[in-house]
Amino acid sequence: MSTKLQPGEIRGNSPRMERWLFFYIPMGFALFFLVGPFYWMLITALKPDSELYDGAKSPLYVANPSLDHFRFLFEKTEFVTWTWNTMMVATLSTAIALAMGVPAGYALARLRFRGSELIGTAIFVTYLVPSSLLFIPMVEVMAQLHLDDSIWALVVVYPTFLVPFVTWLMSGYFRTIPSELEDCARIDGMTRLGAMWRIAIPLARPGILSAGIFAFTLSWNEFIYALTLVTASAERTIPVGVLVQLTRADFYFWGPLMAGALLGSVPVAIVYSFFVDQYASGLTAGAVKG
Amino acid sequence: MSATVTPVPTRRRGLVWLIDNERSLGYLLVAPVVILMLGLVAYPFCVAVGYALTDRTLADPGVFVGLDNFIDLFDNQIYLQTLRNTVIFTAGSVAMRLVFGVGLALLLNEHFRFRRLIRSAVLLPWIVPTVLGTMAWLWMFNPNFSVLNWMLVHAGLMKDGFNWLTNPDLALFCVTLVNAWRGTPFMAITVLAGLQAIPQDLYDASAIDGANKLQRFRFVTLPLVMPVLLTALVLSIIWTFSDFGIVYGLTKGGPMNATQVLATLSFQQGLAAGNIGEGAAISLTMLPVLLILIIWQLRRIRRSTVA
Repeated sequence: MSTKLQPGEIRGNSPRMERWLFFYIPMGFALFFLVGPFYWMLITALKPDSELYDGAKSPLYVANPSLDHFRFLFEKTEFVTWTWNTMMVATLSTAIALAMGVPAGYALARLRFRGSELIGTAIFVTYLVPSSLLFIPMVEVMAQLHLDDSIWALVVVYPTFLVPFVTWLMSGYFRTIPSELEDCARIDGMTRLGAMWRIAIPLARPGILSAGIFAFTLSWNEFIYALTLVTASAERTIPVGVLVQLTRADFYFWGPLMAGALLGSVPVAIVYSFFVDQYASGLTAGAVKG
Repeated sequence: MSATVTPVPTRRRGLVWLIDNERSLGYLLVAPVVILMLGLVAYPFCVAVGYALTDRTLADPGVFVGLDNFIDLFDNQIYLQTLRNTVIFTAGSVAMRLVFGVGLALLLNEHFRFRRLIRSAVLLPWIVPTVLGTMAWLWMFNPNFSVLNWMLVHAGLMKDGFNWLTNPDLALFCVTLVNAWRGTPFMAITVLAGLQAIPQDLYDASAIDGANKLQRFRFVTLPLVMPVLLTALVLSIIWTFSDFGIVYGLTKGGPMNATQVLATLSFQQGLAAGNIGEGAAISLTMLPVLLILIIWQLRRIRRSTVA
């Protein structure tokens, strides 16, 4: 051919190959690794048992999807009760965490008082203390409060890790709101508490919303306290109920187990996907600024 | 015009003073949190220390035994194996999170189609309840119906597939992998936030100075992402070191304690077997490592807010 190659044409292929090598293929692996298990969960939940345990059939797709496992979950297990319990616990403990954490976050961000720095540090430290350090004595403490074996134990205990988180997040958020408006309100005769309640808190609504959503999902997902503080089946939350009731000794109800895992994951997955950026930036606030 | 001046009281008293004085309001607002922390964090912690110094069981309040529980642990083969497992589990998982997470963050930082959708999708492992996600892996590791084995066999790579959770060494690898699976999205999204905070000018300037891609990563990207990366790293180490749900969901510490970590062992000894004193002592041995990490992280935060 007589047409001359343009300089870009020779190199034209190489960026495309590079794109495959350094982008599409690694991204494919990442999706396979990270999302694959959820595909498997979904497929299993929809497969009738005849297909599920037939080694001759390809496990990778469903030939005849059925809702049998979901029906089993609703009719033969206490899944509905667990869902109700999980919602109750998550809603109430989130409400408590916000009621305590938002004002405390405001105080740490705005008010100067002796010991505030120490209290801030202590709150941060409790955020980092894992629950696997405290679950053994917590059983005893709940017995002392006569809250053993009921979901109320969880409503009381979850704020111990939600409140530090909300306080930390909100004190960071309040610091980003200029304080001039509150100063004006105070010149107009409002008290400090009034300025917080009528000016700062309404301005911080987006921060409160995301703190609330994270607190809600953290309590929705909690496992170790839910396992150890509550043993009656009717008082369980979804993660514990699904794990304990659907895996007995050597017999696993795989279909309903995956259906339950799926249903237990959907609400938080929907909620979280919208807010996860703020969560990450809230956790690392201070570090990003460098 | 005569301006009427309402007399301003020099000192307001009572309720108004309480909610209008910077100090009293400050104490008023943090008091509920402090009370909660004292009652349900500090007090249980002291109870745990008290338990750890006795031979208490579920049936018997026990007597004071000093540091015997701790001393006995270091002669206890299962405890020593658990300690070793916990170190391998934590180091392995955090290393994987670091490699996968930073890699994924760099990928997500590119421009591509369906970016929002893909970014939400890869976050799933970290979003859903840990134990429920773990159930999917338990099913994938199932001895008879493992889809992983099915794929390996049908790809012609193996004849029979692996005994994922019954082979002791492989089981430890599996719980580590699942933990990394769960933590990778957090690492990625955090590092991504750091990457996006880097001003483009710095890349332009280094390009003008003749830096190649690798050099730009080494001398621009890495140093600027480092603070975020370290924070994510510290949190990941703390969470993995104290993890309970993934090991409990997959193996409950078995086979023969091959995947036992500190949190599951303290549960097994303290609550399942009822040796409360010993269980509390086991969980308290996590404390030194946690304290070092917490103090280190606190110092870093203080430095960054002062600067």
